[in-house]
Amino acid sequence: MIIAKNALPGLLDNLIAEYEVYAPVKEGTYSLFKQIGKGSEAYFGFLNSKIPPKGILFPQSEKLFSYSGAQMEECIDNKKKVVFGLRPCDAQSLLLLDSVFKNDKYEDPYYMNRRANTLLVGMACSEPAPTCFCTSMGGGPFDSKGLDVMLTDTGDEYLVEAVSEKGRELMSKMGLSAAGEGQKAAAAKVRDAAVVVCKVNTDGLKGKLDANFYDTIWESFHEKCLGCGSCTYSCPTCHCFDIVDEAKDCNGCRVRNWDSCMFPLFTLHGSGHNPRTTGKERMRQRVMHKFKYFVDNFNATACVGCGRCIKNCPVNLDIREILADIQGSEARSDK
Amino acid sequence: MQRNPYLPLPMKLVKNFTETEDKLIHTFTFQFMSEEDEKSFPYMPGQFAEICVFGKGEAPFGIASSPTEPGFLKFSVAKVGVVSTALHLMEEGTMVGVRGPLGNYYPVEQMKGKDIVIIGGGFAFTTLRSLVNYMLKPEHRGDYGKITVIYGARNPGLLLYKDERDEWSKRSDIDLICTIDRPADGWTGKVGFIPTVTKEVAPSSNNSVAIICGPPVMIKFTMPELEACGFKPEQVIMSLENRMKCGIGMCGRCNVGNKYVCKDGPVFTRAELNQLPNEY
Repeated sequence: MIIAKNALPGLLDNLIAEYEVYAPVKEGTYSLFKQIGKGSEAYFGFLNSKIPPKGILFPQSEKLFSYSGAQMEECIDNKKKVVFGLRPCDAQSLLLLDSVFKNDKYEDPYYMNRRANTLLVGMACSEPAPTCFCTSMGGGPFDSKGLDVMLTDTGDEYLVEAVSEKGRELMSKMGLSAAGEGQKAAAAKVRDAAVVVCKVNTDGLKGKLDANFYDTIWESFHEKCLGCGSCTYSCPTCHCFDIVDEAKDCNGCRVRNWDSCMFPLFTLHGSGHNPRTTGKERMRQRVMHKFKYFVDNFNATACVGCGRCIKNCPVNLDIREILADIQGSEARSDK
Repeated sequence: MQRNPYLPLPMKLVKNFTETEDKLIHTFTFQFMSEEDEKSFPYMPGQFAEICVFGKGEAPFGIASSPTEPGFLKFSVAKVGVVSTALHLMEEGTMVGVRGPLGNYYPVEQMKGKDIVIIGGGFAFTTLRSLVNYMLKPEHRGDYGKITVIYGARNPGLLLYKDERDEWSKRSDIDLICTIDRPADGWTGKVGFIPTVTKEVAPSSNNSVAIICGPPVMIKFTMPELEACGFKPEQVIMSLENRMKCGIGMCGRCNVGNKYVCKDGPVFTRAELNQLPNEY
């Protein structure tokens, strides 16, 4: 199917009548996913949003329940949502978060409920950024996995393709016209032209990490790290959170907030003991979690190659370089 | 869908008991509000729960009571942070929230038919109390062989569960050895650190399981003594502690290697821990 670019705001307005619609919005020099009230607020001239759209399903700060003494009331969000214009890497990240929030024993009702009520309309990447390395992490600029609908920018129009059954249903409400051969060919041309230049060698990486926990290689990666946590806050797969109470006397609410393994307090025991005392242990944890522990547990790396941690790092730490250094090292398993 | 795992069960504090002489550890008894609530909380020795003080927050503690003691839950809590301090000051009759049971438990099924050696130090004895009470229950006692308990603290006033220890010492089907670090007036038990006492007692490793809980330094020096008695890593069971929030394997902070202490533990064999990095 096809939609003219100038018809997109109208289409979004129609969706807004039925759904909470989240789309990229221009904020100064970058863009962010926000709930929009008018189709015209959406801005698609972006490479990728500064912060991933994961917060729509797993908010940076969210109330779990409110209470007055032992009287508790759950805060479950049942609203139907559409995330419009997310990139394939971010869609892939949600598939990874699914395995975190529904594990072998428990299900997180807050995330899972939103997930079930949310449709994902993706925007293929015609111009991958220099920091992108999705093709090394099992994705690609036109990869549609995890999406319901995929859009391809062909210049004046978008080619609209259904990926899932739910996506097909959504498209039937959009009033689109059929795509002609010429339009399909134009989309194919865009796809062929979109090349992710940067490659990260992941062959054998897991094997190295299986053996190098005690390696001296970890002594240096963290040296310039400020421990600011930007990498984890801007990561679409990072899911660590804190739980706190916001209350006065016995009345208040329990809230969860994004947290970061890069902070020293993250693992500090009440006794004062801390299993991850310095930046070395925390950097190792971040790399190990993404490229070893997650692979052990879910058979996938917890990195989709979006490059946000590289772009947002104030001291230019580059995960691609860290991985290359690990690949180039001889793993020593001696303690 | 299952019950919301973040919502605690309302329970009533019926006893706030000062357990140790230094007053820093209290034992709390919480009562289930209905039979239905109690049914929704089926637990085993070694599991833990998040205790929630409304208005302050929640924190994880090992369950000190045993499923063989129906109607209530017991926790022995040191006064350390915001939640534990609020608990210490709490008046009996106050409502709290309890979220759980969480984590795995001591392998009471695999331990059947074996001699059991329990080694505890300081106030890490809480879930061990649960285990001892579970095994001493008449319908379970026959499942296990000889039960030896080695329990130590700095001084007599810091040993938990005095009344129960007195009862256990009178029984012939459990061998309780208590020890303190330095001689004290009126103390008739052993004097010495846990590793030394373990060496003296020299429990047989033949068809045995050792369960050891205590401060890291105690574990570090007791392990060689157990090894000298012939205990293999598969025969040694430990319970880990790490900072936790969710308790259900999602918030990402309590992992040791690829295992979450909250969901995959807290109970691990020494053999399992040998496969993991020493980051705990």
